[in-house]
Amino acid sequence: MTFPTSPTDQPEPKRWLDDSRNVDKIFYSLALVCTGLFLADLLYHKHTYFAFENWFGFFAWYGFLCCVALVLLAKQMRKWVKRDEDYYGD
Amino acid sequence: MIEGLNPAWLLICGALLTPLLPRGIVRNGFMLALPVLGLIQLWGLPHGQYAQFELFNMTLITLRVDSLSFIFAVAFLIAAALAVVYAWHLDDDLQQVAGLFYPGAALGVVLAGDLMTLFIFWELAAISSVFLIWARRTERAYRAGLRYLLIQVGSGVLLLAGVIVHFRASGSITFEHLDLGSPGAPLIFLAFGIKAAFPLLHNWLQDAYPEATVTGTVVLSAFTTKMAIYALARGFAGVEILITIGVVMAMFPIFFAVIENDLRRVLAYSMNNQLGFMVVGIGIGTPLALDGAAAHAFADILFKALLFMSMGAVLLRTGTVKGSELGGLYKSMPLTAGLCMVGAASISAFPLFSAFATKSLILDAAAREGHWVAFLFLLFASAGVFHHAGIKIPYFAFFAHDSGIRCPEAPRNMLIAMGIAAVLCIGIGVFPEALYAILPYSVDFDPYTTTHVITQLQLLAWSALAFSVLVRSGIYPPELRSVNLDFDWAYRKLLPAVAVRVWDGLDRAWTCLTDTVERQVKAVIQFLSLHHGLHGQLAVTWPTGSMVLWAVLLLGACLVFYYV
Repeated sequence: MTFPTSPTDQPEPKRWLDDSRNVDKIFYSLALVCTGLFLADLLYHKHTYFAFENWFGFFAWYGFLCCVALVLLAKQMRKWVKRDEDYYGD
Repeated sequence: MIEGLNPAWLLICGALLTPLLPRGIVRNGFMLALPVLGLIQLWGLPHGQYAQFELFNMTLITLRVDSLSFIFAVAFLIAAALAVVYAWHLDDDLQQVAGLFYPGAALGVVLAGDLMTLFIFWELAAISSVFLIWARRTERAYRAGLRYLLIQVGSGVLLLAGVIVHFRASGSITFEHLDLGSPGAPLIFLAFGIKAAFPLLHNWLQDAYPEATVTGTVVLSAFTTKMAIYALARGFAGVEILITIGVVMAMFPIFFAVIENDLRRVLAYSMNNQLGFMVVGIGIGTPLALDGAAAHAFADILFKALLFMSMGAVLLRTGTVKGSELGGLYKSMPLTAGLCMVGAASISAFPLFSAFATKSLILDAAAREGHWVAFLFLLFASAGVFHHAGIKIPYFAFFAHDSGIRCPEAPRNMLIAMGIAAVLCIGIGVFPEALYAILPYSVDFDPYTTTHVITQLQLLAWSALAFSVLVRSGIYPPELRSVNLDFDWAYRKLLPAVAVRVWDGLDRAWTCLTDTVERQVKAVIQFLSLHHGLHGQLAVTWPTGSMVLWAVLLLGACLVFYYV
């Protein structure tokens, strides 16, 4: 399938995100926000139901680890379940 | 407002009239007027039971409005109206009729006061919805539709069987709380479970929804699964096994979602995961948990519609929704990208977006009841949702590497529908009290506590960080042109293979049997021809001679017997 390229022959204007340095900036800002949120546990009293919720930065590192585990396991799963696109022949 | 008029009939009868109207603004206006009038009608009906009559000793209550059915009916009517606007550009009678008939039938399900009425609308919804898949008019969609229809109608048959057994045992068909141990109830539970996409009964969802038309998937996403959630909440609230079922539902689809290439199928997996949260809420069964399930169903109908609409717009404009083919579309479809991200933020439960105000009721209820294992799994699933639906969908469609595709922005009517859905998603997030006011048990809950806001932001931000780190380090699995085996493999590959084997076996056994019989018959014929044939011992005398011989033998035998 061919897709229409740019409607005019003129080169497209360069977007802010096209510059990889700007993507880096987003990544480092995110890392900064994450650090801030992790340290936010110092600043308030948590109202919790379970003891583990009170572990320092629990929700931060639990979220991080879950996502890493999710991706690594899903990647392993591909070995078992991945098939060609026309596997079912329709 | 007309006393006792079921809004479901408004939609169903209106749907059948639609093709008679001139295309264009008249028909479009009429189609939008139906759900809007339905909503006015519903809002005006005082809570109670209407349109009751006796049939074969059964009391049918065809219309029941109470706090539980009301919130689902409101959500259904809003979803129907959004889907109509989203499909305004269409020129297809089939989709226009099915796109209103099916929501009407689903509305009939949630407003049914007895199990027989429920069954009738249950089947009407199954049959009318398949046309939204077949309307794609491809061989692939035709086959997917057939598989879908078989399973949906199968659910109806189980429901009917359960209702009959239940009626014989209890003498009543009123749809109230059912004891799972009572006669017929397990069949009804299973019928609901199929439509709610319980684990191993789930695969019709991921198989069929992505094969429907651009607008069809949006319509499908709202109703079937949510009417099953309603039915479970009505019939099986507090059934403990639902907590386990719900946790499994919330967990396993996210793994498939991460490696799935078809972005509408990713959304179908993500819907399965969101249904898991609702099922957990129903299993916990406290007023807070049930309110959570109802509120989350309401929110899910809106943000899932928004996400399916944005992917539908991508499919319409580029001809594909495969992650491996897309990327960089924000340059061509910036508005769709922005609206998609609102849907993504809503499903991920960002503060100020809808699921933050609805999912937290379920998590809070699980914590209050001390279900710490379920709580931890649901947190895992929450991080996973953000990962595959919140980030993956917008990232691979609109950002990631630039695929070079340049296309027009989505049609205006699609943008309007997505815009309204986005406003509603943010509205629920910012003013949750408005939604809480129509919840069945009107619990008092404040999602915006410091603890909740900060812990949720921690979970989400660090999940985003995990995604970024994995993508930047190249560990994240790339989008590949592929299909992933799921349970549908059992009936699309295994079952046909077994059937072919069994058939071959039967064929061989039959051949073997006929061969043996033929050999035996030949042997008998040979034996006979040896003795009775042309030169046979017994054929050398004349037939009269041999008859005399036999007569003598027979008489001799008689004589012997006589003396004995």
